[in-house]
Amino acid sequence: MAKITFVDSEGKSRTVDAEVGSTVMETAIRNSIPEILAECGGACACATCHVYVDEGWLAKTGKASAMEEDMLDFAFEVKPTSRLSCQIKVTADLDGLVVNTPGKQG
Amino acid sequence: MSDIIATDVVIVGAGPAGLFAVFELGLLDIRAHLVDILPRAGGQCSELYPEKPIYDIPGFPIVTGQGLVDNLVQQIEPFHPTYHFGEMVVSLEALGTADKPAFRVQTDAGKTFECKCVIVAAGGGSFQPKKPPIAGIDAYEGKSVHYAVRRMEDFRDHNVMIVGGGDSALDWTLNLHPVAKRITLVHRRDEFRGAPHSVNSMRELVEAGKMDLVIGQVGSLAGEGGELKTATVKLNDGTTRDIACERMMPFFGLTMKLGPIADWGLNLHENLVPADTEKFETSTPGIFAIGDINTYPGKLKLILSGFHEGALAAQKVHRYVYPDKKLTFQYTTSSTSLQKKLGVN
Ligand SMILES: Cc1cc2nc3c(=O)[nH]c(=O)nc-3n(C[C@H](O)[C@H](O)[C@H](O)COP(=O)(O)OP(=O)(O)OC[C@H]3O[C@@H](n4cnc5c(N)ncnc54)[C@H](O)[C@@H]3O)c2cc1C
Ligand code: FES
Repeated sequence: MAKITFVDSEGKSRTVDAEVGSTVMETAIRNSIPEILAECGGACACATCHVYVDEGWLAKTGKASAMEEDMLDFAFEVKPTSRLSCQIKVTADLDGLVVNTPGKQG
Repeated sequence: MSDIIATDVVIVGAGPAGLFAVFELGLLDIRAHLVDILPRAGGQCSELYPEKPIYDIPGFPIVTGQGLVDNLVQQIEPFHPTYHFGEMVVSLEALGTADKPAFRVQTDAGKTFECKCVIVAAGGGSFQPKKPPIAGIDAYEGKSVHYAVRRMEDFRDHNVMIVGGGDSALDWTLNLHPVAKRITLVHRRDEFRGAPHSVNSMRELVEAGKMDLVIGQVGSLAGEGGELKTATVKLNDGTTRDIACERMMPFFGLTMKLGPIADWGLNLHENLVPADTEKFETSTPGIFAIGDINTYPGKLKLILSGFHEGALAAQKVHRYVYPDKKLTFQYTTSSTSLQKKLGVN
C-alpha cells in the first residue's frame, strides 16, 4: 500500500490508499477522485487522466515516455510537471505522492 | 423533399453494438442505416484502443479492438448496411403512434431519414473535439473558432492560427496554407507526432518564411462580437506574444460527450438511457437503446452485453416493421432461409 494525495484545481486535497502495481489513474478512478476522466481506461490514448506531479516527487515518478509525451499534446495547459496518471505505476517508493489535477480534461 | 432516405431502422452509432445490431436485424429482413460522427466504424474500440487486446469476446481468446471491428464489418456485409460517417444525428422527431411508430431523424450534414424504429447505440456519447479551456472561447466558436473545416472559403484571406501537433493540426496547416493570408501553427513543444512527411512540409514552409511556427500555448483571446482579432500565446520562456488571427482551429483530439441525445425526449438517468431488459426499448415506443448508452438493473458495460441487447431489440423491431408477420425462431447453422440471407446457401 502507498498513500497518494490528489489536490484538485480548487485546492481541495484527498488522500487515498493505492495498491502497489496499480496505476495512479486506477487509484483515482477506484476512489472517485474528481477531475480524472480516463476515457480510454489507461490505454495512453485519450489524455483525460492528466495530472501535475508535485515538484518534490518528480525525481521518483520519472519522466514521461515518448508515447506519453505525444499524448500530452492532447492535454490542456501542459507544464513541465505534467504526466498522464495512467502511465505512473504505483511503487512502495511513491508512498506519500502528491499530484494536482487540472480543472479541465475533456 | 426528394432527398429523404426511407428505411426500416436508423442506428445511431457504429460502435460494436450498432454494428452487430445490423446483423440481428438483417436476419429478420430489416434494413438499417448507420450514422456515426467518427470517420469510420468501431466506436471506442477503433478510436481508443485499436491495438489493444480484448480477452472477453466469447469465442475469441484474444482479439484487438480493430480486429474485432474488422470482423464485425465483414460479418454484417451480407446485409449491405449503409454507413453515414462524419455525421452527427442531431434531431429525432416522432411521427407515428405507439402502435405504429415512425420517426424523422436528421444529421448535422443535412441528411433526413424517415424510419420505423431507431436504435440508439451511442456508447459513451458522440466523439467530439475537445475544447480548450481558454477564457471566453465560447463567444468565438462558430464564427472565428472552428474545430473542423466545413468550407475552406471561410478561411480565405484570413490570418489563421492552428493549435496542436498531431495529424489534424499539420494537415490543416498544409491544406489551408494556400488559402489563408498567413498561417501560424502553435504547439507546446518543437516536436510533432504527426506523419513525418507532413512535419517536413510544414518545416519547409517555415524556413521559406511562408508561415510561422510558435512554440507555446494559447493563453487568451481578444476580439469583438464573436470576431477574433488576436490570440496571446504564452511562450515556454514565460513571456507572451500577441498574434493577429481572425480564425483559430484548436486540435486537441476527441472526447465523448452525450451530445444531442439529451434533447430527444427520452428519459435519462445520469446521462444514460434507461431501457427494459426484454426488448431494450426506451420510454418512447419504437426507440431502442443498446450498448454502453443504456442502463438497467445489473447493466455491465461490456461488448458482449451490447450484442445480446441488439439481438433482443431486433425481435421487437420486427413486430413494428412487419406487424402481420409471425417470427419463427431459427438457427443460422441449420436454417436454409437464414443462410440464403447470409449469402452462404
Ligand atoms: C480502453 C478500453 C478498453 C476496453 N476493454 C474492453 C474489454 O476488454 N471488453 C469489453 O467487453 N469491453 C471493453 N471496453 C468497453 C467497450 O469498448 C464498450 O463497451 C463498447 O465500445 C461499447 O460499444 P457501443 O457500440 O455501445 O458504443 P461505442 O463503442 O461508444 O460507440 C458509440 C458510437 O456512437 C457514436 N455516436 C454517439 N452519439 C452519436 C450521435 N448523436 N450521432 C452520431 N454518432 C454518435 C459515437 O461517435 C461512437 O462511435 C473497453 C473500453 C475502453 C475505453
Ligand atoms: S486514461 Fe487515457 S491516457 Fe490515461
